[in-house]
Amino acid sequence: MSASSIALTVMCLIVAAGAALGFYAGVHRKKNLEEWAVGGRGFGTLLIWLLMAGEVYTTFSFLGASGWAYSRGGPALYILGYLSLAYIVSFYILPQLWEVARAHKLQTQSDFFETRYKSKNLAAFVSIIGVVFLIPYIQLQLTGLGIIVEVASSGAVARTAATIIAAVVVAAFVFTSGVRAAAWVSVVKDILLLIAAVSIGIIVPYHYFHGIGPMFAAIARAHPAHLTMPGATKNLGHTWYISTVLLNSFGLYMWPHNFGASFTAKSSDVLRRNAVIMPLYTVTLPLIFLAGFAALMVIPGLSNGDLSLLTVVQRTFPPWALGVIGGAGALAAMVPAAIFTLTAATLFAKNFYRTIFAPTMSDARVAKLARIMVGFVMAIAVYFAMHSSTTLVNLLLWGYDGITQFFPGVVLGLFWRRVTRVGVWSGMVAGIATLAVLLLSNHDPIFGVNAGFVALCVNFAVVAGVNLLTPAERSGFHEPLETSAEA
Amino acid sequence: MQTGEVRKPSLGAVLLGLIPFLAMCFSVSLWDRVYPMVLGLPFNLFWLVAWIFLTPLCMWAAYALETRQRLGRRAAHKNGVEDARGRR
Repeated sequence: MSASSIALTVMCLIVAAGAALGFYAGVHRKKNLEEWAVGGRGFGTLLIWLLMAGEVYTTFSFLGASGWAYSRGGPALYILGYLSLAYIVSFYILPQLWEVARAHKLQTQSDFFETRYKSKNLAAFVSIIGVVFLIPYIQLQLTGLGIIVEVASSGAVARTAATIIAAVVVAAFVFTSGVRAAAWVSVVKDILLLIAAVSIGIIVPYHYFHGIGPMFAAIARAHPAHLTMPGATKNLGHTWYISTVLLNSFGLYMWPHNFGASFTAKSSDVLRRNAVIMPLYTVTLPLIFLAGFAALMVIPGLSNGDLSLLTVVQRTFPPWALGVIGGAGALAAMVPAAIFTLTAATLFAKNFYRTIFAPTMSDARVAKLARIMVGFVMAIAVYFAMHSSTTLVNLLLWGYDGITQFFPGVVLGLFWRRVTRVGVWSGMVAGIATLAVLLLSNHDPIFGVNAGFVALCVNFAVVAGVNLLTPAERSGFHEPLETSAEA
Repeated sequence: MQTGEVRKPSLGAVLLGLIPFLAMCFSVSLWDRVYPMVLGLPFNLFWLVAWIFLTPLCMWAAYALETRQRLGRRAAHKNGVEDARGRR
């Protein structure tokens, strides 16, 4: 057997085992919309924790973080900064969100906006914006999966074919199993990726440099500017770092899937405790950075930095090990891609289409539409994956630019009683318009500041300004409760 | 207990959460340097790795503070109820 067929065979076995586990977890359950999309709301602490682990163990951190360490250098450190800080932000908002969600029986992010601001249109708008910005995140996972197949097969399977195969596998996974299965496969992929990160991050520097210290000493000699900001870029300096870390740490729990997952916790205290320990979950990320930095010295001149981790693994490890690491990486792309696709499809069908066009639609028909949307969302993501050459990290940066525009509506909605529907509407529209102008005219970053952060500032300013000009209205969270308290 | 009333986090807990923000975000120009290397890592990477472990400590303190205040409030509420009953 040739090296690449060994690697591919091992990889396929791991993916098949993961998919089988997912299928097994899904097969005994009834296939209604509720169970398929939110796991019947019976998630214990462990499953919620795994679902909320977010992007720590996805293609983004695995291939994307090492890719940026390789191609950009210092600016990649923003990933280490924002993840820990995002969990801090969650400490102050998720328990409160959980409390209002329980009191008002909220299930999704759209429900939050609909109830708080008493507007179905605002809720539908939030859903469609959520779908739009989930697409680059899905595209990221498919591109990553394509890269893994391409490297593992030593180029025998071309990227386009690999991306299409990836999309079909993910769609099949979504159809057969749903969110509970995805959560269980998460267990397998997190353990595999942990092993992969530790072995890559330690073995690679020792193999080529006899240690981590000598490796960084060599990089500092050969590329003196690479290890600090702006590294190999022109405009990703300290201002960019601060604005990007702030934007992303505000944004992590604005993703519709993360937002909704917090509602399924058993108590608000579970969410507080989670926030305390979650930063420790990111401890493998520095090891992944090591692989990207090592690749800079071992295999310089790659056209695409996102290939660096797997290429260095291919150089260093026997084919079966490349297969195991590739398999772990493939699961780390498939599981999140499945969760995001499921979220986007359900948001579109239930919270956008039914709300705006067909208020009388039955749950069964919504579920049917959601399944059709899975195919559509996949097709769009595949199309973008084949026609764009951007880095994995850039895709997620764009996603965050958009998704964080929900932050003012959520935080002010929770803590500022006076905030009005018109204010939040105007702020969100102004933020997204600013973002669209800046991104489409290639002004990201603008004067060294992350464009999404500029849009977020515009958003906050407009919410505050419009609020002061419009009469106060009563929060949707207070209305029914005040009457029930009197009763 | 009023379920709809959103309780703001206490000032102490917010200040504790601000510490990692100062350390990992706003102060970047102070620690974004290669030397001195610590444990073989460039200083900026070492600094961020160190804060992966220090952040949970800050948040644990914030958690302890929040929990104590919550329990304190619950106890005060209970006493208030008993007082009212006693008066009746």
